[in-house]
Amino acid sequence: MSIKLEHLNYIYSPGTAFEKQALKDISLEISQGEFVGIIGHTGSGKSTLIQHFNGLIKATAGALYYNGENIYEEGYNMRELRSQVGLVFQYPEHQLFEADVLSDVCFGPKNQGLSQEECERRAKEALDLVGFPEKYYQQSPFELSGGQKRRAAIAGVLAMRPGVLVLDEPTAGLDPKGRDEILNQVEHLHKSTNMTVILVSHSMEDIARHVDRIIVMNRGEKMFDGRPKEVFAHYRELEEVGLAAPQVTYIMHALKARGLDVRTDATTVEEAAKEIIRSFHD
Amino acid sequence: MKMVQSEKLIFEYEKRDEEGNVIGMNRAIDGVDIDISEGDFVAILGHNGSGKSTLAKHMNAILVPSGGTMWVDGRDTKDPLELWNVRQSAGMVFQNPDNQIIGTVVEEDVGFGPENLGVPTDEIWKRVEDSLKSVGMLEYRSNSPNKLSGGQKQRVAIAGVLAMEPKCIVLDEPTAMLDPNGRKEVIRTVQELRRRKKVTVILITHYMEEVIDADHVYVMDNGHIVMHGNPREIFSRVEELKRYRLDVPQVTMLAEELRQNGLQLPSGILKTEELVEALCQLNWNT
Amino acid sequence: MIRDITIGQYYPAKSVIHRLDPRVKIICTLLFLISLFIQRSVLGYGAATVFLGLVIYMSRVPLGFILKGLKPIIMLLLITVLFTLFLTREGQELVHFWIFRITDKGLEITVYTAIRLIYLIMGSSIMTFTTTPNSLTDGIESVLHPLNKIKVPVHEVAMMMSIALRFIPILLEETDKIMKAQIARGADLESGNIIQRAKAMIPILVPLFVSAFRRANDLAMAMESRCYHGGEGRTKMKPLVYKTRDYLAYMINVVYVLLVFFIGRFVSFHIWIF
Repeated sequence: MSIKLEHLNYIYSPGTAFEKQALKDISLEISQGEFVGIIGHTGSGKSTLIQHFNGLIKATAGALYYNGENIYEEGYNMRELRSQVGLVFQYPEHQLFEADVLSDVCFGPKNQGLSQEECERRAKEALDLVGFPEKYYQQSPFELSGGQKRRAAIAGVLAMRPGVLVLDEPTAGLDPKGRDEILNQVEHLHKSTNMTVILVSHSMEDIARHVDRIIVMNRGEKMFDGRPKEVFAHYRELEEVGLAAPQVTYIMHALKARGLDVRTDATTVEEAAKEIIRSFHD
Repeated sequence: MKMVQSEKLIFEYEKRDEEGNVIGMNRAIDGVDIDISEGDFVAILGHNGSGKSTLAKHMNAILVPSGGTMWVDGRDTKDPLELWNVRQSAGMVFQNPDNQIIGTVVEEDVGFGPENLGVPTDEIWKRVEDSLKSVGMLEYRSNSPNKLSGGQKQRVAIAGVLAMEPKCIVLDEPTAMLDPNGRKEVIRTVQELRRRKKVTVILITHYMEEVIDADHVYVMDNGHIVMHGNPREIFSRVEELKRYRLDVPQVTMLAEELRQNGLQLPSGILKTEELVEALCQLNWNT
Repeated sequence: MIRDITIGQYYPAKSVIHRLDPRVKIICTLLFLISLFIQRSVLGYGAATVFLGLVIYMSRVPLGFILKGLKPIIMLLLITVLFTLFLTREGQELVHFWIFRITDKGLEITVYTAIRLIYLIMGSSIMTFTTTPNSLTDGIESVLHPLNKIKVPVHEVAMMMSIALRFIPILLEETDKIMKAQIARGADLESGNIIQRAKAMIPILVPLFVSAFRRANDLAMAMESRCYHGGEGRTKMKPLVYKTRDYLAYMINVVYVLLVFFIGRFVSFHIWIF
């Protein structure tokens, strides 16, 4: 289970006045079981990038290998790829359409050509994975609360049993508790199934808390790719392109500048607290 | 002078079963008393479904109370004769930037409010120009709104409200659908307005970073006002806020964590500089 | 395919025609269309050609762009032409085979009908090419204003038109997003027969309608909160005011129409094309 991009380029409306290079020479590899965060401001190319992962957008140049197979090769089964790389769009609840939650979640498996029984089994399994309460299975998805709608929609993708789950801003518009619940659920999912998870987010705090690796996109190019601590060490460069490090990283740098003997690589509240306390006790 | 005031405000709506029969009443707002003076910057916090947006819609007479009273600039919002006056004195900015822009050209959208108020043409042009200038969008005046970023669209929406020359602006989760840069852009615009125009601002949000400059903060849960105070007081009650499905900024969280570990820090720290300052003080003293 | 349809589009340019008051363009277009139907002589069509050519030249919209607008109506044009050609029985027979016969009169009518149709499309597309949707809406509202007296909600209709113009691109983008989301869930929108394909549209249409209604609801609220209460007591930011060039345009148009009228009435000679 790996995704490998080699010198991927994508140009919008080539040959017209609207021509725009959305992705420039992207090479990267994501392996089985990784939890990767993708950050970048609006228009940096991150949405375009993730739509390449499941073949919704075809690169204008370069290659994309899924499990070692070039997906742009003649006769490659794109539908199979789409069920393997589950893509959850921003505000995924806007795609709900069935009369009840369970049927909606069954839509994916049904498109895979599975039996009704198997579809329901997978749907229930997926709903369970996102912590969707069973008592609402027969409810109309349009009557659910925002957070529950979002869960149902994510389950709709999980029900296809993908090997890779790509989430585009899964917490947009949710309140703080709803945001934490969804992210914790995703983390739990990652741990319990060893599924590869790719998370696109605007919140550096959320990214820092959950992922193992961060890819930073800027103007269609890969700017950084590394562990959160490595990436956020470049907080000045990040600022230059309209991004930032988590708030605690700034606190640590400020403390260091004021002469406190602290390491500056903390990216979460817990790490920062530990480090400050250590410096006080020394 | 009171700008917005409510007394035992109640709002109920019908709960219906699948056939559409009324099977009971839902109380979205349950006995809310608020009191906002002219020129204040007030934040109303609450999780999704806490009733904060329903409350906001009362300030513009989009909703009228099922019980109790809401006064805006001294006018009872229930009074149909005052409807347009209420809406003119408390302008409203909504969450979705796309769904509140009516015009196909930026300046025409800003002119929409004054047109409805029957303002003479010359005056409309003046107001449109002034409003666009105060939100920093004048250079986009002849653009199509579809080509703007989320933050820019919200600034146009704010200009649209300003052009009606309201005494009070109610912003109902104006940043919920924006990225961090758009969010900053909108909040900065609102702060600018406060400084220059002395207009009353009521900000409804669930982003805690946006309320640290507020004069008063109300926290809503389940249709009730459950907390009220200045930001410092509110943010010092971290546990309580979490119970109401809210959060505090990372810096406040960190300060709280350090306090629990025995560091002598003041409670309710809101800004990075404050924490750094307090920690340095502490370091020199020990 | 959709991109090919240029009818109804706006072609940005800085020309006298672009600057004319939308009411002038609407009324003059109507008069031009009428003029096409009150004539049946070469001279009359000559006048129409000169007039149309002059307007196109002044509008600075490339002729090729206007002709492209004719593409979607080629079928309609062909059908009309064939019908008039074969079904006109009057006049002298020119060709006769099986049940078809072509007469000189039929040929004449056919040529005129074709020209009439083509000019009709070209004339009205010149109006849309040179008028922004907004000012077109304003113009229609103003031209139809007298209908208010017989309780036609002119302002409301115009408002609906301008809102539709604002939301069409948004809804198109939304459709694209929903389609992608459903394809990501394995939806197959391309294969199968018509019924299967229609069925495959449900997962796209339902969310689209839900979203359109939500947007409509939000928009209504936003309009109300900005004191919208219909057309009554409303002032205009951009009121339509006639300028000298507009009166001039009216005059030229009236002269043209009168000319065509008199040609049709008093010039009795017929010049046969062949």
